[in-house]
Amino acid sequence: MSPLVFLILLLILTSIFCYLSPASARRTAFMGSALQLILFLSLLLIYLFRVEDGAEVFYGWKWELLPELGVVMGLGMDGFSAIMLLLATLVTFAAVWATPAPERSVGFYYGNLFLIAAGVVGAFASTDLLFFYLFHELALIPTFLMIGIWGTGDKHRVAWKVTIYLALASFVLLIGILGLYINLPEISRTFGMRELVDLANSGVLQTPDWVFVMLFLGFGALVSLFPFHTWAPGAYACAPSSVAMLHAGVLKKFGLYGLLRVVLPIFPHEMQEYGHVLLILILGNIFFVGYATMAQRRLDWMLGYSSVMHMGYIFLGIASAMVPFAGGGGSYYLNPLSLGGAGILMFAHGISIAILFALSGQLRRRTATLEFSELGGMGKTMPAFGLLMGMGTFASIGLPGFANFSGELLVFFGAFGSGGAQFLNFYQIATAIAVWGVVVSAIYGLRAYRWTCFGETPERWVGSNELVDLRGREKFAIWILVVFSLLVGFWPQGFLKLLIPALLAQ
Amino acid sequence: MNPILLEAVLVCYAFLLLLVEAFNSRMPRRYFGWAAVVGTTVVFFMTFFVDSSKMNPEAGYYGFYAADTLAILFKRFILLVSVCVLIMAIEFAPVLVRYLPVEKPDAGSGEMYSLVLFACAGMMWMASAQNFVMIFVSVELVTITFYVMVAMMRGNRASLEAGIKFLILGAIATSLNVYGIAWIFGTLGTTELPEIGAILQSIDSSLFPSLLFGFGLIFAGISFKVAAFPFQFWVPDVYQGAPTPVTAFLSVGSKASAFVVLMRVLESMLSNSELSSKILFMLSLVAGVTILMGNLSAIPQTNFKRLLAYSSIAHAGYLLMGAASIVSGNSGPAIAYYLMAYLISNMLAFGVLLVVGKSTGSDELVHFNGLGKKSPWLATALTLAVLSLAGLPFTVGFFGKFFIFSSALQAQQFILVGIGILGIGCGFYYYLKVIRAMFWLPASKEQSISSPIEISKPYAVMLILLSISLIIFGVYPEPIFNLIP
Repeated sequence: MSPLVFLILLLILTSIFCYLSPASARRTAFMGSALQLILFLSLLLIYLFRVEDGAEVFYGWKWELLPELGVVMGLGMDGFSAIMLLLATLVTFAAVWATPAPERSVGFYYGNLFLIAAGVVGAFASTDLLFFYLFHELALIPTFLMIGIWGTGDKHRVAWKVTIYLALASFVLLIGILGLYINLPEISRTFGMRELVDLANSGVLQTPDWVFVMLFLGFGALVSLFPFHTWAPGAYACAPSSVAMLHAGVLKKFGLYGLLRVVLPIFPHEMQEYGHVLLILILGNIFFVGYATMAQRRLDWMLGYSSVMHMGYIFLGIASAMVPFAGGGGSYYLNPLSLGGAGILMFAHGISIAILFALSGQLRRRTATLEFSELGGMGKTMPAFGLLMGMGTFASIGLPGFANFSGELLVFFGAFGSGGAQFLNFYQIATAIAVWGVVVSAIYGLRAYRWTCFGETPERWVGSNELVDLRGREKFAIWILVVFSLLVGFWPQGFLKLLIPALLAQ
Repeated sequence: MNPILLEAVLVCYAFLLLLVEAFNSRMPRRYFGWAAVVGTTVVFFMTFFVDSSKMNPEAGYYGFYAADTLAILFKRFILLVSVCVLIMAIEFAPVLVRYLPVEKPDAGSGEMYSLVLFACAGMMWMASAQNFVMIFVSVELVTITFYVMVAMMRGNRASLEAGIKFLILGAIATSLNVYGIAWIFGTLGTTELPEIGAILQSIDSSLFPSLLFGFGLIFAGISFKVAAFPFQFWVPDVYQGAPTPVTAFLSVGSKASAFVVLMRVLESMLSNSELSSKILFMLSLVAGVTILMGNLSAIPQTNFKRLLAYSSIAHAGYLLMGAASIVSGNSGPAIAYYLMAYLISNMLAFGVLLVVGKSTGSDELVHFNGLGKKSPWLATALTLAVLSLAGLPFTVGFFGKFFIFSSALQAQQFILVGIGILGIGCGFYYYLKVIRAMFWLPASKEQSISSPIEISKPYAVMLILLSISLIIFGVYPEPIFNLIP
């Protein structure tokens, strides 16, 4: 049996223990989240020592549920899923350690939180498209409950919106997955991601266009691709900070992972054909949502919008990953720069948004408001908070040294080169416009940093004893995230060595 | 053992219980309930020793009774439903007696148990019926028994009203059914389904109008039983007015047995592709409208029992979508699996509704507010049930939807699949409304002081078994799937 099974079981058991004994739930949650991080880091170390490069699937395990129909629960880890699992376990750890406990129903809170974590980890550990989907759905109802019970602001409306939006999107996705499945001949029915790609490459899997459209819409809406992004900002702004960290940081990467793993290699022609439409939607993500971000006057809403905007860069990496050969003839090769950039950026964005949501949650607990007009001078009263807020903001806007910078740079280089030999082709124009998005994010990021941490402290906080600095454990958990962001920023080769072979192997 | 013994034993046992109940007034009435549970369980285990070779599996018993694997599977299914319904009826007896004009505390509740057995035997015959006459007789046995059961709480106006509605509309459906059978017999000269299939293979197309008319009328009769458009009007009122165990029985048992009949009739028609394509088109239309109708009308409901009634219409729509995709070749197993999933989740939902309704005296959704705090276990069970009805992964309902939609896609029913997606979107809203009531909303004042809801041990065991099987078969569907032919 694969150790990945134990990782998922550990999360599910922690969740059950939290439900059953509310009195000790907080302690159980601390233990469980620390244990799962340690377990995964040791698995990762073993993996790094044992494999040549990221292409190899390690810890593989299969449970044949309905063998005659090809319904199999497959787990395994290659370079790409290792990085996503690292992100998932890191953010789960921080979501427990760096956020305050709720005032009521502690057991129910942590039980739901760990159910979301189990869904996230299970999804990225799956090698099988069906279970990849199933694990993702596991997070749906806990999110609904947590936003509705412990959320802030217009929480009930938002909880309905996000749940029904995502449920519908994932059902569209399910139809797409079934479309792949039923177009296979009876004997080779499977949901395995690598098997599907192999079958498509060898011509056994012939799919009509609607399958691509369903898969693309499903995955796209789950990642908040413009114009299907309206569920995201409110959900992240109103959710309790731990849910926002897990959802914006990790769960949203599900759709990108699916696009990179399944849609891109199975539908190279369609990706080219619809590439121009996609580029326009991406610019919508970067600029339409980017300007909306600049207009926000609350920290949590600004973070919600910024997380939607940054999806645009990752999409740019995906859209430019299929490059036609110069000689024509309808054949394609995968652009490693774009692929690696998209992968790195997925990790980097997850880390930076988790840092920022953890900090905004801490701030909200102290000040009970996140309106920029009522904040200011927090760097003076809470120095550790101010420092970490700066780190998070710099990471998020892509300052060199942080992971986001390496990712964005790779994506831009990759996208600029992938339109073929023609001068100023569609890809180059789109990239040239998209680069200006960096300026947009610098504007809103730095402005938000100034409004919260610098300037005069408003009257009501002067001499107040509510503004206590972060505690040791909270600082520790957030610093771990910062360290990983810096690690990738300074040494992206180490991660690319895992990522690119895994993505090229399929 | 001859398969025909199954129903024979059950009916004789039901008569015995009825007689003893009539002449022995001292014994507590719930003993009869437990006796009925034991009898049903015994018959359930008897199904594992049936030897179908005792009768010719092709022609069956004089050509009207089949004991193939499909029939046996559904007989087991119906027996399981009956056991659940009987346990629910025992728990419900105190409420039932409240509406009966009797002197003694539990007199008048004993007939319910033998009536459940009669209906169960009727449904088992429906699962085996291979002849239109047999179909008609067994359907009538079930329907007439239900007329009595629906109006059982005769001191309650809602129950009486439900009984009258069910009686009148049921009588219309019956007459349509008979008329359709007469047309088929008049055209083809036989009422046996296998023979009809053989004749249809080489039939002159000038006979199509009369055949279509006849089959249309028969399907109208069946759609009354499965609660499909346009014969779904009785469902909300009857479900709401009937005693809760009877509602559960109606929604699961009655629907399941009607679907076996539908599948058998459809299979006999498949031999003529021209005729069957016309009928399948009609079925797709009915399925689409039923899905929309059920789901859209469920959205504004505030009474949980009425909500479950509309959801039952919606599920009939999904099942019909499977039936309309019969050309894909695997819609039979898909329907069987979906019904199994529906059995587990709907029984669980009604099981929790029954005890909550019993303790609060009403089925309104408002009374579920704060249940998560008051009785967390019941709230968990109900959460699982509605999630499974909504078709969420890791519950048994997901694989039901999964198989139905994959067979519909294989049959190229794209429009129907699109409508199905819309319906599922609505479904998420009204099923989550129940979860919202239990976990988000605070209980009202007079409820917050009341203690946790108490339930008897056997009832709790039933709920726990249903919840566990709901999760286990949601992760690991193979055991159920292997039972299906």
